Amino acid sequence: MSGFLAHLFDLAADNRDVFLNGIGLTIELLIFSTAIGFVLAVPLALVRFSHSRAVRAMGYGYSHLFRGTPLLTQLFLIYYGLAQFEAVRQSELWPILRDPWPCALIALSLNMAAYLAEVLRGGIMGVPKGEREAGLAAGMSPGLLYRRIILPRALGIAWPALGNEVILQLKATALVSTVTLLDLTGVARRIVTRTYSIDALFIAGLAYIALTYAIGQTFRLVERRLNRHLTP
Amino acid sequence: MPDLAGFGPQLLVGAAVSFDLALGALALGLGLGLAGAAAKLSPHGWIRIPVTVAFNLLRGVPEFLILLIVYFGTARLLGDKWGLGPFGAGIFALGLVFGAYSSETFRGGFLAVPAGQIEAARAFGMTPTQTFFRVRLPQAWRFALPGIGNLWQGLIKDTSLVSVLGLEETLRKANIAAQVTRHPFTFYLAAMGIYLIFATASWPVFAWLERRANRCLAS
Repeated sequence: MSGFLAHLFDLAADNRDVFLNGIGLTIELLIFSTAIGFVLAVPLALVRFSHSRAVRAMGYGYSHLFRGTPLLTQLFLIYYGLAQFEAVRQSELWPILRDPWPCALIALSLNMAAYLAEVLRGGIMGVPKGEREAGLAAGMSPGLLYRRIILPRALGIAWPALGNEVILQLKATALVSTVTLLDLTGVARRIVTRTYSIDALFIAGLAYIALTYAIGQTFRLVERRLNRHLTP
Repeated sequence: MPDLAGFGPQLLVGAAVSFDLALGALALGLGLGLAGAAAKLSPHGWIRIPVTVAFNLLRGVPEFLILLIVYFGTARLLGDKWGLGPFGAGIFALGLVFGAYSSETFRGGFLAVPAGQIEAARAFGMTPTQTFFRVRLPQAWRFALPGIGNLWQGLIKDTSLVSVLGLEETLRKANIAAQVTRHPFTFYLAAMGIYLIFATASWPVFAWLERRANRCLAS
């Protein structure tokens, strides 16, 4: 067992730069897709509380579509699928949409937005009614109420669930290796074909475990800060 | 179903493979999940600690990577002839992941069974085995079902990963049709439709299972 670990360590050391580049791409995709996903998720969560039935239905439809289908199909639809349309191939955006990196980022972000919107929606519903009423009683407009009271509180309530979503998103980024990107899984697969040994996959697995642990710890640290007014 | 340039029936064949794969992984995953929950709740450290650690580590690794390790690992160990093949590797890898997650769901379910009910069963003279099958398991199942439903939704989607190994399930069939017809958007959209139908059709089944599991309770 320790011999095997030493062997993995040697293999990782021999391919240090390759693995570091892979981890770099994985973290890059994770951070960007989470950020874009979050920006999209806030309005997606808010429309679920709209008075208009049609607006609510659109928000629900988006969530249902992206959460009910595999990320891999979404990724292929964007990367391979869009080329079907002459209009896309002739457009200004084609140099971007023909590249796997932006396509992977778009797919990961749209997918993440759907999941984060559900989590935020749960957080908004979890804000105690009294706090909302107190804001209204203080004369806040609905916009101000959401900005100052409801959204910050919803973020605090939903924080642990958000951390879980980020960990799930880390694992989801492994799929970008199917569109030729060399993320952590991608570089490991490439080393596997070169060395005829699957040991590189174990190194990638250990790296994912370390990243998962690091994300979990970071979220726990921030959670204490976000909810510091609640701790005795 | 529209004709889809003659590939419609092929997609349906793929959908059936996806469904078989999901059911196989579900069966293995439920078994592993129950055994895992039992191990995690065991008073014996030699079984509790390794299982808890292994299942927690497993949940930190991408499903796709686990699938690759299982597929290429078994092919390496057993040779191409005795290896699991894409279908077997898919069931094993996805079942393992399902087991790792559902062991937590079941553990929560077993912990939620009130101690009084177990004591009552003992007082009636039930053996531990009888208590398990007549009191603890049915009650834990009731608490675990909503979580299992969510895991099943994830499992359906994860079956698409096995297409990368060349198994001709829904997504792989869509890949082939996309290459032949040069209409990738149409076929990936059709594949998404199939997964969406599976997901949507599963909810009433789980709603029925939950009603059944809770039938003994006064409403």
